[in-house]
Amino acid sequence: MADYILTDQKKVATRDAYGKALVELGKEKPAIVVLDADLSQSTKTVNFAKAYPERFFNMGIAEQNLMGFAAGLAAAGKLPFASTFAVFATGRAFEQIRNSIAYPKLNVKIAATHAGLTVGEDGASHQAIEDLALMRALPNMTVLVPADAEETRQVVRAAAAHSGPVYIRLGRLAVPTLFSTEYTFTLGKANILREGTDVAIIANGLMVSEALKAAAELSSQQVGCTVVNCASLKPLDEETIISVAKTTGAVVTAEEHNIIGGLGSAVAEVLAEKYPVPLRRVGIKDTFGESGRPEELLIKYGLTAQDIVNAVQEVLKLK
Amino acid sequence: MLTAIRQMANQIRQDIIEMLVPAKSGHPGGSLSAADILAVLYFSVLKIDPQNPQWPDRDRFVLSKGHAAPVLYATLAEKGYFPREELLKLRQTGHFLQGHPDMQKVPGVDMSTGSLGQGISAAAGMALAGKIDKKSYRVYALLGDGELAEGLVWEAAMAAAHYRLDNLVAILDYNGLQIDGKNEEVMTIAPVAAKWQAFGWNVIEVDGHNVEQLLQAFEAAANHQGRPTIIIAKTVKGKGVSFMENQVGWHGSAPNAEQAEAALKELREEQ
Repeated sequence: MADYILTDQKKVATRDAYGKALVELGKEKPAIVVLDADLSQSTKTVNFAKAYPERFFNMGIAEQNLMGFAAGLAAAGKLPFASTFAVFATGRAFEQIRNSIAYPKLNVKIAATHAGLTVGEDGASHQAIEDLALMRALPNMTVLVPADAEETRQVVRAAAAHSGPVYIRLGRLAVPTLFSTEYTFTLGKANILREGTDVAIIANGLMVSEALKAAAELSSQQVGCTVVNCASLKPLDEETIISVAKTTGAVVTAEEHNIIGGLGSAVAEVLAEKYPVPLRRVGIKDTFGESGRPEELLIKYGLTAQDIVNAVQEVLKLK
Repeated sequence: MLTAIRQMANQIRQDIIEMLVPAKSGHPGGSLSAADILAVLYFSVLKIDPQNPQWPDRDRFVLSKGHAAPVLYATLAEKGYFPREELLKLRQTGHFLQGHPDMQKVPGVDMSTGSLGQGISAAAGMALAGKIDKKSYRVYALLGDGELAEGLVWEAAMAAAHYRLDNLVAILDYNGLQIDGKNEEVMTIAPVAAKWQAFGWNVIEVDGHNVEQLLQAFEAAANHQGRPTIIIAKTVKGKGVSFMENQVGWHGSAPNAEQAEAALKELREEQ
């Protein structure tokens, strides 16, 4: 186990970590402006709005215009962070992101919260399960999926330092803080959290925590797991993915996203072309979610440590 | 100066016709209707430097009706952003003059556009940046009339008024025609002035082919404080080429060599 993994894992939502990170960065980078679409209390951009009211702009419930303004601000030299829920950011405003941000390669950071099923009670209309597929398919777009509060802090900084459009996927639910400040996120790099020789579990977002739990359980069954945190979905760390496929000969992916188009697909593309090994994808199985408590939805839709354990057992049989 | 601008508008029209022939596709109607507006902007109003297209304090121009790229490219070439010969390679594989404006490829293009409604939204964002940075530059955006059916236009209009972006000037190329026919047959946009007034904009109505009226309107817009301005410019689609005027068929098809020759003859006679 990597020594930066905490034993006492306090629960913090990545959206909260985003809100804090923005305030911290706002002090260092006067070019940062923050835009929201009437959800600042939920996306936590309200923290920035309080700290720097002159650099916060509410665009009202108008996500297309949120992206258009962000594009214009970036074209005129500002460093805009645009936030709303992931469904509306990537769905409602997809074509604004495509044509006004990604195509002209403008320096806009789209930090979308309430991604995935763990939106919970609001139900399927508000649960983005396809946002990563949409953003990953756009040329020039960088796609980042932090696993916890510490990684979120570092991802936000990396996004601000990177020149060009970035999509950051954040969650509503409080999730375990896995990493100490010793952890280092690097854009384009995956992190190996623990090493084993039987199977590699590649996860991102809140499924990293589940992957670590699954690995602990499998270890008691004498199955050695490598666990990879793949927060940088694009650019993807192909080298690490191929390397862990070589050492273990079997791969399981785990993500809080449709198994179509997200991490599972990205890993499958790399393995199929460069080093085919048996693969199982844990994720949402091409279905919309529903209302319910986040923890119950994760169980119902097959996104738990136990689901990863089951997938590992299946994939081991194919070796 | 009025005569010089009128001559430039005529030259821009000739360039439009010439560049569309080898391209074999493109949008003459809505390019010709906007030639006077662009001539006034680029040869009198805009504070720009063709030698330094990225000058941070420059005025910005966003062609929100991005399909009128030929009129923008012709104007930029006449202004000296790139050689006029390049116009003849419009839309060709590997050439920088894309079918719709690309800010990464074309010097002088301030925003990539083509998907309608998005240019005015980005232009408003630029105007907001100017306010934040306390800069004196102004942002101009040219809209098409069919474009007003895009919801984003009105999202942007609402926000521009909310943030009091009096450094933003929209110009409506109101030629009355769009791909499928007349505005009122496709989607009613009238009453246009009342809509913009209701959204909190300063509205000025002019003849979009009258250079003097256009100049006065831009002057009035620059002096208006607290609200963004829209100049509703009544225009004729295909203006300057008799057989293209008010013909919806010339929205998106290029003239052949013979038609171009006839068009150029008319334009040269008018010069």
